[in-house]
Amino acid sequence: MEELVNIFIKGVFIENMIFAYFLGMCSYLAVSKTVETGVGLGAAVIFVLGITVPINYLLENYLLKEGALSWLGERFATMDLSFLSLIMFIAVVASMVQLVEMLVEKFSPQLYSSLGIFLPLIAVNCSILGGALFMQERQYSTIVEATSFALGSGVGWFLAIVGIAAIREKIRYSNVPAPLRGLGITFIITGLMGIGFMCFMGINI
Amino acid sequence: MKSTLFSKKNRKLLSDPLGDQNPITIQVLGICSALAITVQLQQALVMAMSVVFVMVCANVIISALRNVIPSRIRIIVQLVVVSSLVVFVDQVLQAFLPDVQEKLSVFIGLIVSNCIIMGRLEAFALGNKLWPSFLDAIGNAIGYGWILLAVAFFRELLGSGKLFGYQVFPDGWYEASGGFYLNNNLMILPPMALIVVGIIIWVQRSRKSFPEELLEEN
Repeated sequence: MEELVNIFIKGVFIENMIFAYFLGMCSYLAVSKTVETGVGLGAAVIFVLGITVPINYLLENYLLKEGALSWLGERFATMDLSFLSLIMFIAVVASMVQLVEMLVEKFSPQLYSSLGIFLPLIAVNCSILGGALFMQERQYSTIVEATSFALGSGVGWFLAIVGIAAIREKIRYSNVPAPLRGLGITFIITGLMGIGFMCFMGINI
Repeated sequence: MKSTLFSKKNRKLLSDPLGDQNPITIQVLGICSALAITVQLQQALVMAMSVVFVMVCANVIISALRNVIPSRIRIIVQLVVVSSLVVFVDQVLQAFLPDVQEKLSVFIGLIVSNCIIMGRLEAFALGNKLWPSFLDAIGNAIGYGWILLAVAFFRELLGSGKLFGYQVFPDGWYEASGGFYLNNNLMILPPMALIVVGIIIWVQRSRKSFPEELLEEN
């Protein structure tokens, strides 16, 4: 249990997707103009990460990794399909996004109308594929750990986008030098927020 | 034939993305996987070259197939083409540059979801002939690459006092041996990549010749 909390906290603060790895920057910059849209996209990212990473974890451990196919019999025990992992992961992400979109539309039209436009955007959000690839690289030992990592990174991403959106809403009233307006100042503020988040480094529960 | 190959319009395709249509600083594409690998010039160079390769091949392939691809499944077709190319690059790097590949780790894989590639495929290759698509891909990939190299240049020079792994400042300058100089360790940390890009954007937009309609509101 302690280990799970640790992985979660690490994903949120220390190995934050935005501030430490710059994953999902494109949608982060494009959709952070108001807090409302920021919350929508952030929630969608948590949702999709929480679904795709466990699925990719199963794929990785029962299909792709060296020796993962041993449940098929002796002959397959030494097979290593890990060169296929990228294609498998991106296929899972793209199809899961599509599936989630259809399910949400069917069962919760209200959630769909608030998340709707953001869901397709997520398929090309690097943080989702990044989550899968990091999961593969760090070799979590159980599916629960992988899920906890996914939710942690999702929440970290959520925090980052809501934070920057709130700052950008306020900064509209200040007098930023013309060439720095928009993109430039957003980059610099993100950098400063990243420095702020660095004070969580080394936390261990 | 020569004049049509490098007509004014085609040259513009090549040169625009280097400056006023730069994918990173103006179009805001492909930042995701770009910044994390700018700590050292060598990594940045390998990354930039991989992107050039993937982008040129993908643009040419999609452009060649553009009349055959049904528009409803075009995204999946693009993803398949791009991810096969990325797998190819990844395997080549693993074989010939294993140490760099280890440092780049997941970021080579992330070229797949790099918006700059999908963006150019969607916006350009699907509607244009082979040769302009080729030029557009080269232009955009190099426009992406030079920002990457510029950021890496400053970060490696100021952060560890090296360029491509070779020490730039003489040993005597360093405080450890009685000099006055200290490396700025902050430059190695991830947030500085963002700030350096922010400053590059600032400088680029401060030029007098910068088209005014591209300036943004807060």
